[in-house]
Amino acid sequence: MREAFTTSAAKGAALEAIGLSKRFGAFQALDRVSLKVPAGEFHALLGENGAGKSTLVKCLMGFHRADEGEVLLDGREARIRNPREAQALGLGMVYQHFTLVPSLTGAENLVIARRDAPAVIDWTAERRRLGAFLERMPFRVPLDREVGALSAGERQKLEILKLLYLDQRFMILDEPTSVLTPAEADEMLGHLKAMAERGEITVLMITHKFREVMAFADAVTILRHGRVVGAGRGLTTREMAMMMVGESPGTDRGKAAQPPRREKPRSHEPSLELAGLFAEDEDGRPALRGVSLKVGAGEIVGLAGISGNGQNALVEACCGQRPLLAGQIFVNGHDFMPTRRSFDEAGMFVVPEEPLRNAAVSGMSVADNIAFRRFDKPPLSWRGWWLDLRAIGATGRELMARFRVAGPSPDAPIGTLSGGNVQRAVLARELSSERISVLIVANPCFGLDFASAAEIRARIVAARNDGAAVLLISEDLDEVLELADTVAVIARGRITYKAPIAEVDRGTVGIRLADGAEE
Amino acid sequence: MTGADLFTVLVAIVAGAIRVSTPFLFVSLGECLTEKSGRVNLGLEGTLVLGAMVAFAGSYHSGNPWLGVAAAAAAGFVLGALHGAICRLPRVNDVAIGIAMMSFGTGLAVFLGKPYIQPTAPRLPSLPIGDWLGMPSLALALDLSPLFLVGVALAFLLDWAFRNTRAGLVVRVTGDDAAAARALGIAVDRVRLVATALGGASAGVGGAFLSLFYPGSWNEGLSSGQGLMAVALVIFARWQPRRCLVASLLFGAAGALGPALQSIGVTTGYYFFNAAPYVLTLLVMAGTGSARRAARHAPGELSITR
Repeated sequence: MREAFTTSAAKGAALEAIGLSKRFGAFQALDRVSLKVPAGEFHALLGENGAGKSTLVKCLMGFHRADEGEVLLDGREARIRNPREAQALGLGMVYQHFTLVPSLTGAENLVIARRDAPAVIDWTAERRRLGAFLERMPFRVPLDREVGALSAGERQKLEILKLLYLDQRFMILDEPTSVLTPAEADEMLGHLKAMAERGEITVLMITHKFREVMAFADAVTILRHGRVVGAGRGLTTREMAMMMVGESPGTDRGKAAQPPRREKPRSHEPSLELAGLFAEDEDGRPALRGVSLKVGAGEIVGLAGISGNGQNALVEACCGQRPLLAGQIFVNGHDFMPTRRSFDEAGMFVVPEEPLRNAAVSGMSVADNIAFRRFDKPPLSWRGWWLDLRAIGATGRELMARFRVAGPSPDAPIGTLSGGNVQRAVLARELSSERISVLIVANPCFGLDFASAAEIRARIVAARNDGAAVLLISEDLDEVLELADTVAVIARGRITYKAPIAEVDRGTVGIRLADGAEE
Repeated sequence: MTGADLFTVLVAIVAGAIRVSTPFLFVSLGECLTEKSGRVNLGLEGTLVLGAMVAFAGSYHSGNPWLGVAAAAAAGFVLGALHGAICRLPRVNDVAIGIAMMSFGTGLAVFLGKPYIQPTAPRLPSLPIGDWLGMPSLALALDLSPLFLVGVALAFLLDWAFRNTRAGLVVRVTGDDAAAARALGIAVDRVRLVATALGGASAGVGGAFLSLFYPGSWNEGLSSGQGLMAVALVIFARWQPRRCLVASLLFGAAGALGPALQSIGVTTGYYFFNAAPYVLTLLVMAGTGSARRAARHAPGELSITR
C-alpha cells in the first residue's frame, strides 16, 4: 500500500450522498441532503455559517453518523463509522485548522499518519521513499523542518501532500485557502484542479470565496439551513450569493448594507500616529522593525499583509499587551500609554483578532464582557465602585439586540457563543460608544459568513463616517481594497507600501505582499 | 583548605552527584514521558516514597533486592495508572489529582511501612569503581549503583525512542495536539494512561534506589521533596531525556555539597549547603519561568503551559 502512490493507476473516487439527515437535539442540522460528485470533479460546497456544510462533510468522514440516508462510493454503498474507516476507503480531509503536529518535522508527520507506520522507523529508508514521492508531486515542502517553523502556505501544502501520501484521493477541503495569499491560493488550487482533470483526484471544497469557485470549480452545491437550495454548473456569482442568503435574485443585499461613504475634510493632525515602533516576538526575534503610520480622522487605513509579518505584535503593542522596545504611539497629538484610563480618555477602541482569547473573558457572561469598558461609570455603577448589575444586564441585552448577538441570554458565559457571535459581542462593546476617535480592528470578518461580514464592514465604515480614525489590519486583501481610503502593506515588521486607494491596483499590492513572504 | 581536602571534596561531590542524582533521574525521566504525552503528574513524590517502602518490603520478605525493585516499579505503575484513569474522567484537572496522589502515595507508604522501619533488608549490590585509588574512604564514596547505569541507559533509550519509534511519535503527537492525534485515530486517553503508568513505574524505581542503596533503609522522611524537584527539573531540561540526565547530575551535585564539606570538617553553614538543591530549584524556576523561550519547547497540551 505504501508504494501505491508511485503507480499512475491511482484514481479519484466518485461519491454520492443520498438523503442525508442529521439532528442534534432539537436542531435539524441536515435535512435530506443529496450530493453527487463524479470522479475527477472539482466540486464546491457553499453556504453561510451554520448552513450545515461542516456537518455534511463530518458525516461523510465518519465523525458523525447520519440519522438517515446513505453514501455511495464509486457506486457501492459505503458504511463509514469513523474517520479511520473513511481514510481506509480513500476519503481524506484538510481541515480549517491544521492537523499537522507543530513540534514534529514534516517527515515525522507524514510517517506517523500512515496506518502501517513501522514500530521502529528506519529514517534513511523513509527519507529516500519520501524523496521519491515528492519527485512526483506538483509542489514541494521542506520535510526536515519542524512544522511549526513552516509558513502557513507551506503547512497547507503539506496537509494536501499528506492526503496524497496516504493515497486519499477523494479530498474534502474545508476553506483551504483561508490562511493563504491570493497567489498561493491560486497556485495550490491550480495544481489540484490539474490533478482532478487528469482524474487522479476528486475534490470537494468548502469555501466562502466566489472568486475561487468561479476560477476552479466544475460544479457547486449550495446549502442553507441544512437543505440543498441550489446545485449545478455555471451559476453566476450573483445567483450563488442569493441562494446562500436565501433571497431571490433581484435585491442586492450585500451592497444595501453598506452605508454610503461621506467625504470628510481631513484634519491636519492625524488622530493616530505610530512613530517608529519596535517590538520582539515570543522568541526574542524582531517582530516590528520601525513601524510608522498615520491615520487621520474619518479615514480608514487598511493594512494588508500575510499572516505572521508583525500584525499580531502591532495590535498587541497598541493594546498594551506587548512591550515596545522603542517608538511612541500618539493619539490625538498626545503621547499614548496603553492603560484602561487613557483608552477611555482618548476614545480609542480595539477589536483584536481571536476576540475570545484577546478581548473577552470566556467564563464571564456576555453582559459582563460587554460592560468591560464602562462598568465603573454611571449608569452602570454608582460612584465608580458599586456595580449596578441590573443596569449591566439591561445594557447587555440592549446591545446584544442592536448588534444581533445570538445567544441564549446575556447571563450565559461568552465562551459558549459561536465565533461570529463573540466577534459581534466584542464589536458591540467597542463600537457602541458615542465618541470613537480611534478604532483598531484586526481581521474582523475572519471565518464569518457573507451576511455577518457585510454587516460588520458596514459598521466599520459607519464609524469612519462619524469621524473615527480606523486602522484596519486584515489578511483578506479584498476586504482591505473594499474598505480602505489608504492602503498600506506590512512585511517582515516594516511598512513597505502606502498609497491612497485611488492609486492602488491589485497587482502591485499582491507583489508587495508576496515580497514579504519570500524571506 | 589544603589541596588534599579540595580533592576529597571534589570526589565527594562527583560521587554524591551520581548517588543523589539517581532518584532525580528516574523521577524526571518518568515525568518527562508523562508530560510528553500531555499530562502533568505531580504525584510522583508520593510514588517515590511508596516505591521506596515497597522495594524495602519486597527485599526484606524475598531476600532479593531486585525483586524489591520490581515490586517498586509495579507499585509506581499502579499509582500512575490510577492517576491516568482518574484524569480520563470529564472535568478533572491533572494538577489537582497529582497533588491528591502525592498525599495518597506518601500516606499509604507511611501506613503500610510502619513494620519496616527497624529491620534491615538485603541491599542492592554496588560496582566498586574507586578501588584502584587505594584509598578506602574514597573507594567507598565511589561505589556505583547499577541502577544509575540503568537510568543513564533509560535516558538515551527514551531519547532515541521519541525520535525513532512509532510509539515515541505517538506520544509526542498526543502531547502536542490532542485534536490532531484523534484525527490520526490515536486513542489520546489511552496513550496518556500508559505514559503516566510507565512514568510512575520509573519513579517507583527511583524510590527503590532510596531504600535499597542510598541511604539504604526505609523511614518516613526518606524523600525530602526529590519527587517534586524532579518535576521542576523536567522544565529545566526542556522535556528532553538526555538533558534530564545532565540536570539530575547538576541537582545531585548541589545536594552533595553539604555532606562533602562536612566530610572535611567544614561545618559552618551545613544547613545552608544542604539547602542548595532547593535554592537551585528556585533559581531554575525563576530563570526559565520568566523567559518565554522555555515554554516554546513545552508539549502543547500541557495544562501548565496552556
